[in-house]
Amino acid sequence: MTPSDKSNTLTENNMFPPPEVLKRLAISESGFVFDPASGHNFTVNETGLMLLRLMQKEQRLDDILKILTTEYDAEPRDIERDILDFVSTLRDNVGA
Amino acid sequence: MKPMTATVAITGMNAKPDNPGPGLAVARCLRESSDFQGRIIGLGYDALDAGLYLDDLCDASYLLPYPSAGDDALLGQLHNIQQQENVDILLPCLDAELPGMVRLLPALKEMGLKSFLPSAEQLRLRNKDRLPELAEMAGIMCPEIKTITQAGFFYQCQDEGWSYPLVVKGLFYDAYIAHSADEAADAFRKIAAAWGFPVLVQEMVKGEEYNLSAVGDGKGNLLGPVMMKKMALTDKGKAWAGISIDDQPLLEASVSLAKTIQWRGPLEVEVIRDTQGHYQLIEINPRFPAWIYLSFGVGRNLPLTLLQLALGQIPDKFTQTQSGVLFIRYALETIVPLAEFEAVVMRGERGAGRD
Repeated sequence: MTPSDKSNTLTENNMFPPPEVLKRLAISESGFVFDPASGHNFTVNETGLMLLRLMQKEQRLDDILKILTTEYDAEPRDIERDILDFVSTLRDNVGA
Repeated sequence: MKPMTATVAITGMNAKPDNPGPGLAVARCLRESSDFQGRIIGLGYDALDAGLYLDDLCDASYLLPYPSAGDDALLGQLHNIQQQENVDILLPCLDAELPGMVRLLPALKEMGLKSFLPSAEQLRLRNKDRLPELAEMAGIMCPEIKTITQAGFFYQCQDEGWSYPLVVKGLFYDAYIAHSADEAADAFRKIAAAWGFPVLVQEMVKGEEYNLSAVGDGKGNLLGPVMMKKMALTDKGKAWAGISIDDQPLLEASVSLAKTIQWRGPLEVEVIRDTQGHYQLIEINPRFPAWIYLSFGVGRNLPLTLLQLALGQIPDKFTQTQSGVLFIRYALETIVPLAEFEAVVMRGERGAGRD
């Protein structure tokens, strides 16, 4: 990955939780998420689960958008807005 | 490994659901360990301390005189207990009794009672009124604390830069959040009446509380740290439910504190992660917390570690703790025949010398 590519990953963007925070999250198939550092737990739906797993793999934003656009019948702009909403809530939950 | 067969006397058998003593949880850690087959002697201060009547935890139980009765009264009762029970290790679990126990260490040793306690100077260093000094030595942030002796302070404290809400605390126990001078003065009077002077006022830090318990080996090392985040509180702010965590900044702060004061014995470190993400030291308690059963739950039996140290043994190696293990406290009633209650009220003991 070149430096310019790197700046396009979700986790490089300072709006998003850092990679080490995302990687420490224990995520179950049921959508139950536990942060072992803060002790917080929260639940996510099926889409949130998919998104979290993609973020944990440090997928690029445009790749995530592509995947979700294939999965869901919605405008990419709406999906991107939902991702940002989700990440904002996620940051509150993990305190990052 | 051969199971330990020592007789251990544990204080803090009070078990009011909103603020239980740690003694019951310490006894439970030992009783449920396959490495402990010794006897447990429960020590309390009130005939209604529930732990005194729990046969599955205590082989025998005794009342101790309150610390205000003086050293001679305490030594006299410990001497009586020693004659009956031949105790190997004394494990005090309450803040208020620590200074006296530490002062009496030579006499306790002469009686054959082993222990693993901090020195008087170590105890003083972690006193609530000296926390900022200790925190600075250890490189940790700490809210401002002031010792006060008059309630009038609360009506002019804003001139000194204090603002409401603030926390009014006793030197050993109790803490109230006060939102006004009247509330603070009321808390001051309650604490002074219950625990005497001085009363402390602490800057209120908003954030989330995290706790750590471990054993200091007296050489600057922190053994078997177990970390917990409170998930539910009683009205007195005590943990009603909690979850084990793995929080590196809390661990590093606690390691630094133990190294700075060369802590010897059990301890609980309480910090608040403030809204800026900074860790602020709130208290260091010189004993196991009431939630210590969680240490057994995550595979680190800290009370057993303490006994090993008291006996001069090398503690077992610790396994990796598992984060995400919860405890949820609940209240139970125990049935006590009148004759047993009478024995505690009239003779200050129950089941003396029982195997």
